[in-house]
Amino acid sequence: MDSAVALLLAQDGITNGAIYALLALALVLVFAVTRVIFIPQGEYVAYGALSMAAINAGQLPPTMWLMVTLGVAVAIVDAVAALREGAKARLPMVVVKNVVLPVLAAVLVHFLPLKTMSYALQVVVALVFVVPLGPQVYRLAFQPVAEASVLLLLIVSVAVHFMMVGMGLYFFGAEGARIPPFTEGGFDLGATTVQFQTVWIVGIAGLLIAALALFFEHSIYGKALRATAINRTGARLMGISADLAGKLCFTLAALVGAFSGILIAPITTIYYDTGFLVGLKGFVGAIIGGLVSYPLAAAGSVLVGLLESYSSFYASAYKEVIVFTLIIPVLLYQSLTTKHIDDEEDH
Amino acid sequence: MARFLTPRYALTAFLLLLAAVPLFAGPFTVTIINYIGLAALVALGLVLLTGIGGLTSFGQAAFVGLGAYATAYLTTRHGMSPWGTLIAGMAITTAVSLGLGFITLRLSGHFLPLGTIAWGISLYYLFGNVQGLGGHTGIDGIPPVELFGVKLGDNRAFYYMIWATLLAAIVTTQNMLDSREGRAMRCLRAMTMTEAMGINTLRYRMVLFMIAAQFACVSGWLYAHLQRFVNPTPFSLGPGIEYLFMAVLGGAATVWGAVLGASAVTYLKEVLQDLLPKLIGATGNFEVVVFGLLTIIVLHRARDGVWPILMRVIPQRALARTLEPAEPLPRRDLPEKGSDVLQVIDVTKRFGGLVANNKMNLTVRAGEIFALIGPNGAGKSTLFNCISGVGPATEGEIRFMGQRIEQLGSRAIAKLGMSRSFQHVRLNRDMTVLENAAIGAHLRGHKNFIQSAWRLDREEERRLLWEAAHQLQRCGLGEHLFDTAGSLPLGKQRVVEIARALCSDPVLLLLDEPAAGLRHLEKRALAELLDKLRGEGVAILLVEHDMDFVMGLADRVLVMEFGEHLAEGLPREIQTNPKVLEAYLGSMDE
Repeated sequence: MDSAVALLLAQDGITNGAIYALLALALVLVFAVTRVIFIPQGEYVAYGALSMAAINAGQLPPTMWLMVTLGVAVAIVDAVAALREGAKARLPMVVVKNVVLPVLAAVLVHFLPLKTMSYALQVVVALVFVVPLGPQVYRLAFQPVAEASVLLLLIVSVAVHFMMVGMGLYFFGAEGARIPPFTEGGFDLGATTVQFQTVWIVGIAGLLIAALALFFEHSIYGKALRATAINRTGARLMGISADLAGKLCFTLAALVGAFSGILIAPITTIYYDTGFLVGLKGFVGAIIGGLVSYPLAAAGSVLVGLLESYSSFYASAYKEVIVFTLIIPVLLYQSLTTKHIDDEEDH
Repeated sequence: MARFLTPRYALTAFLLLLAAVPLFAGPFTVTIINYIGLAALVALGLVLLTGIGGLTSFGQAAFVGLGAYATAYLTTRHGMSPWGTLIAGMAITTAVSLGLGFITLRLSGHFLPLGTIAWGISLYYLFGNVQGLGGHTGIDGIPPVELFGVKLGDNRAFYYMIWATLLAAIVTTQNMLDSREGRAMRCLRAMTMTEAMGINTLRYRMVLFMIAAQFACVSGWLYAHLQRFVNPTPFSLGPGIEYLFMAVLGGAATVWGAVLGASAVTYLKEVLQDLLPKLIGATGNFEVVVFGLLTIIVLHRARDGVWPILMRVIPQRALARTLEPAEPLPRRDLPEKGSDVLQVIDVTKRFGGLVANNKMNLTVRAGEIFALIGPNGAGKSTLFNCISGVGPATEGEIRFMGQRIEQLGSRAIAKLGMSRSFQHVRLNRDMTVLENAAIGAHLRGHKNFIQSAWRLDREEERRLLWEAAHQLQRCGLGEHLFDTAGSLPLGKQRVVEIARALCSDPVLLLLDEPAAGLRHLEKRALAELLDKLRGEGVAILLVEHDMDFVMGLADRVLVMEFGEHLAEGLPREIQTNPKVLEAYLGSMDE
């Protein structure tokens, strides 16, 4: 392998690694706050990318009806809960937030010149129709069992993943899609050409990570999430709603997922089921961080990206095997250094 | 009609129907039921792993693949007989599951499922890419299984093979669960308690993981010889997750739940794959959406799955209400009365900056009751945890029966003859009182899970249960032997904890607030029991808040406050000690 190829592979690895890092951060966040191992994270990647592709081609966002339907379902569940608590005053707000807004968005999008409007606006529209699926899924699937064991939450998580993949096939079809890059072309750097999209991905990933850090350090919601991650009961006693924290971090996870999809769709063809493997590689990164440390998770993800890229050169058939068996030594190390097994007998 | 709705009739009817199906049913039905049997075998392994052991695996399909590919490769490329490849497949599965188990089973619960996802994906790609295994097109021309010279070539013949295997697996699993080993497995989730009873929880996790893997491997072997062809698709992660859905939907804690779940999922899938695209007017994987939804609804509404709900329709046969008398278990020699059993020397326990115990000293002798009292938060339970190895001391020395134990885990300490109860009751609520108590006698039995699966443990089992019943009777719980532990009031559950501790035939008994929640007469009975044990030479260390109870019973009392030694002496002296009065009642000067 000459240095040009090595650099090309490195560029590839770092690009993918940056995406995995974003996903790993979202996974760590969701796990720390809600104890949900969020397998469907990757579906948001695919939904984001494929919605963007549809809009870019001038079609209506395919997940429009899903968002409206889930909104109605959430409204029903919330309304029943409000009536049980005798809080009728909450009803109008429940309907406005969950039904009126999605319907309004669905109506308005019909009047937008989807194909001809600017790229940035297309991104915004795609996000508007994918990101709300995050809190909606939390409300419907996870909130009713928020106190259950990690394992039960994990099985729910896998069930949601199945549903989202199945629906993804219906919405987006079996054909893959690519979208045009944010900026065409690239520039020469030594022996290789760096694509502008790579710069966008690494730059935006860096910015998003920094923004998340600022959010957690300085905003009241960020602090609330951190408090919930450390001690759920304690946080609740301080007036932080666990439900709100859950919805908030699912919103962030959906946002990070969907945006990652839009970032990566110009350089890889995305299919309705691509998200799963992409998300799992984020997981491998997160596991390297022991599911708790953000910087380690990010570093692990870049490692996953590089390993994937170089093994696709040397042994492309075994690329996935190599990437996924990477967690074996990591788990082995953690297994040998962990003394206490966290069992859930007091739950 | 209702008279015939007993489990025995229901089971007989089911078996007769099962045996008769191939005689009248069409080939499609037979094929479906064959697949149900194959899936149920895998789901049965997951019942053990998930429902009983609290561990989750998404990678069972990969073990199915090991079994299938082992036989496909060895029969077609090396001409081995299918029976030989069955053994080879199981050997490979044992090695792989041991390796994987070693890596993941020591970690907290969620690393195992993540590890199995990774391993499920890796193995799938490996099957698809290794040229010797036929790549993605797979291997065909697998020979049929021969049994007593008869070739089991068609679906109908294989039907009996599959279901005989499944029923044998169900019977042996049920046998295993109804034994000393099974009780330990059913308590794995309460790890602290289980270890304190001398049970090696890691070993049992490993055993469950291996059994589940073997069931999957055998299912794969059957599958390969039914299809006579294998390719990687059925062994990918998707089917692995489906197996878990089967176990969860059916009822992850019951063996028949596996059969129910496998039937429902396999059959529904077949129907929905046909029906849904017609209904919706588009092609797609709609059945997975329905399965996802069903799973979520079941987990929201009935976490134990559908089987327990179904069982409410059929009146349960009363459990065997009688115990066969058995020879008592051998007892250990107790140390001479008055000799030192336990010495705690300068023990300090810190949690970060918090000093929960500071330089504590105490000695407990055989045949005495030593009480540890003090206000809430004084560090009594922490000291208990140091002594019993549940939460090891930071500094200091602890001697038990002349041996240093401050570095030992609770399991090793239990083996030396220490047994304890917990302040927060740790019983398996779904097991009977008798079974819960028998957990304490775990170290007094030796038959392993294979022996219990084949019922070679019955003599020992009778003796263990007899011992448990005997201890429960001593504790005044003779009438509750067959009630589930969760149905008793909390005070009585504490007494079950004492009986469980007594079942281990202890030298030293550690009781954490045994009298809390008991009524007056029950307290008196408990005091009489402890007095009797003292007379037999057992050493008892007691944490208790009820002063009447302590002062009337204890030989010596140690008072703790803020993690420190405040006073020690005879009950009489303690009752008049001004420092103790101040600690409890507050100073007069304030």
